[in-house]
Amino acid sequence: MIPSPAIKKTLDIAAIREQFPVLSREVKGRPLVYFDNAATSQKPQQVIDALVNYYTTYNANIHRGIHTLAEEATAAFEETRDTVREFIRASTREEIIFTRGTTESINLVAYSWGRQNIRSGDEIIISTMEHHSNIVPWQILCEEKGAFLKVIPISDKGELLMDEYRRLLNSKTRLVSIVHASNALGTINPVKEIIDEAHSAGAIVLVDGAQSSVHLDIDVQEMDCDFFAFSAHKLYGPTGTGILYGKKALLESMPVFLGGGEMIREVTFAKTTYNDLPYKFEAGTPNIADVIAFKTALQFIVGTGKEKIRKHEHELLTYATKQLEQIQGVRIIGSAREKVSLISFVVENAHPQDVGILLDNRGIAVRTGHHCAEPLMQRFGIPGTIRASFAVYNTTGEVDELVIGLQKAIKMLS
Amino acid sequence: MSTQKTIAETEKEIVEEFSLFDTWDDKYEYIIDLGKKLPVLDDQYKINENRVKGCQSTVWLATDFREGKVFFKADSDAVIVKGLISMLIRVLSGHTPQERLNDKLGFIQDIGMTTHLAQTRSNGLLSMVKQMKNFALAYKIKNSSIKDYEHGRAETKSN
Repeated sequence: MIPSPAIKKTLDIAAIREQFPVLSREVKGRPLVYFDNAATSQKPQQVIDALVNYYTTYNANIHRGIHTLAEEATAAFEETRDTVREFIRASTREEIIFTRGTTESINLVAYSWGRQNIRSGDEIIISTMEHHSNIVPWQILCEEKGAFLKVIPISDKGELLMDEYRRLLNSKTRLVSIVHASNALGTINPVKEIIDEAHSAGAIVLVDGAQSSVHLDIDVQEMDCDFFAFSAHKLYGPTGTGILYGKKALLESMPVFLGGGEMIREVTFAKTTYNDLPYKFEAGTPNIADVIAFKTALQFIVGTGKEKIRKHEHELLTYATKQLEQIQGVRIIGSAREKVSLISFVVENAHPQDVGILLDNRGIAVRTGHHCAEPLMQRFGIPGTIRASFAVYNTTGEVDELVIGLQKAIKMLS
Repeated sequence: MSTQKTIAETEKEIVEEFSLFDTWDDKYEYIIDLGKKLPVLDDQYKINENRVKGCQSTVWLATDFREGKVFFKADSDAVIVKGLISMLIRVLSGHTPQERLNDKLGFIQDIGMTTHLAQTRSNGLLSMVKQMKNFALAYKIKNSSIKDYEHGRAETKSN
């Protein structure tokens, strides 16, 4: 189903860039330098075509229609489920639930599994480097149930203090919900170790894969996570579609999340029986077009070669780190040994927003602010950072543009 | 007779100043310079009630109502926002609430800075502009209700 990677050893970045129409546009009279990939990646033409093709040739509601269009749409929709299963190496397709995104995936677990399993006095462990999406749903749950949220601290380098994690784990721990790769620091967490230890303590683990899924090889069976959540739009796919992977037995034991069409088997006013997995968690008409086009995005990644992409992005990260370190007044936040391809930094005596505005003035798109990780910013005592995050289509030449832009911004602001 | 410019006149003045700049860099350099020159707001005004929190930068806005006119003082932790604030103060401070309420602040668009107001979440600037309007409205209502009250009393008397 997924075409095997090309035989060539290195990537032809120019050819890859040609597949992304937005990269040829100009911003403020200069070629766009898009370094906001951790927020959302750009989309290749084939993904855009898949969307257009669906709407132009076989738009139909799925699963219950008996006409040709409905059959074609259903087949394409379900093919994405198989492609996702293969992409994260889940054992069965029933373990792949389509959601609106990582946030909804985490909320689904909090509302369904959480309400069934969390009792007063129980503990849920997260970390200091979580995105708000992996904090707030658990806070709501803990407040409702009288449970406690425990937070793994981090080092100055931005790495989890694993000894502290071990100290937090105990017989009251029900769940560990941990980010695989930090959106604000880039840190890749040792999820395998975290999962094994949580399991030994009798807790289950949710891995927030929003940032990791596009950069790292994901094997949910080897990782042995109980849940894995991610979003299509960070993997060159459309917005509004996400995935919740859950172990089948766990998903089967969980109560339904949203009620409505699609998720039922039989409805009478006396009683409703629910559909099997995965449909039990997919109430209502799903995001058909975007799910279908997501398959094309995954094919792009696999076809390009995940290992080659990783290598290219790692080179960009190393190069950019070296370049930024040489700029006086720039301080990189997050220097973990293992990082995905993003750099967060602050500039001495300059507000991140000012730097971001001046970079945008040169056509360079970065993200500034707290990156929806306010507790993490508080940990470092900063209001926010400037974040440059790289994707397969970025080049060292673009990093040079960033460096020039930064030097100029620093000069203007000093 | 007062020589104070109207809001529209000050706006026109700023638009003319900006027309002298050839590049965006020049515009930003000017705004940054304005930001640096804006007097720092006294700590006594940097209180929660005066805080206009944006997602990225924070703005403090203090107001004063004297002789029928609204005066603004403001500050921010981001210098470009401060520069824009400086222009807003120059345009809006020292006018009657009614003048402020009638104003559309067209100069922001004319100098090409609308993006800074469009991103509602990214900075406190839009909130500040709204807040400046709210203050003006509040003063106007307060003022007119006193007048109405006095007027009402006068009418009652005459009846």
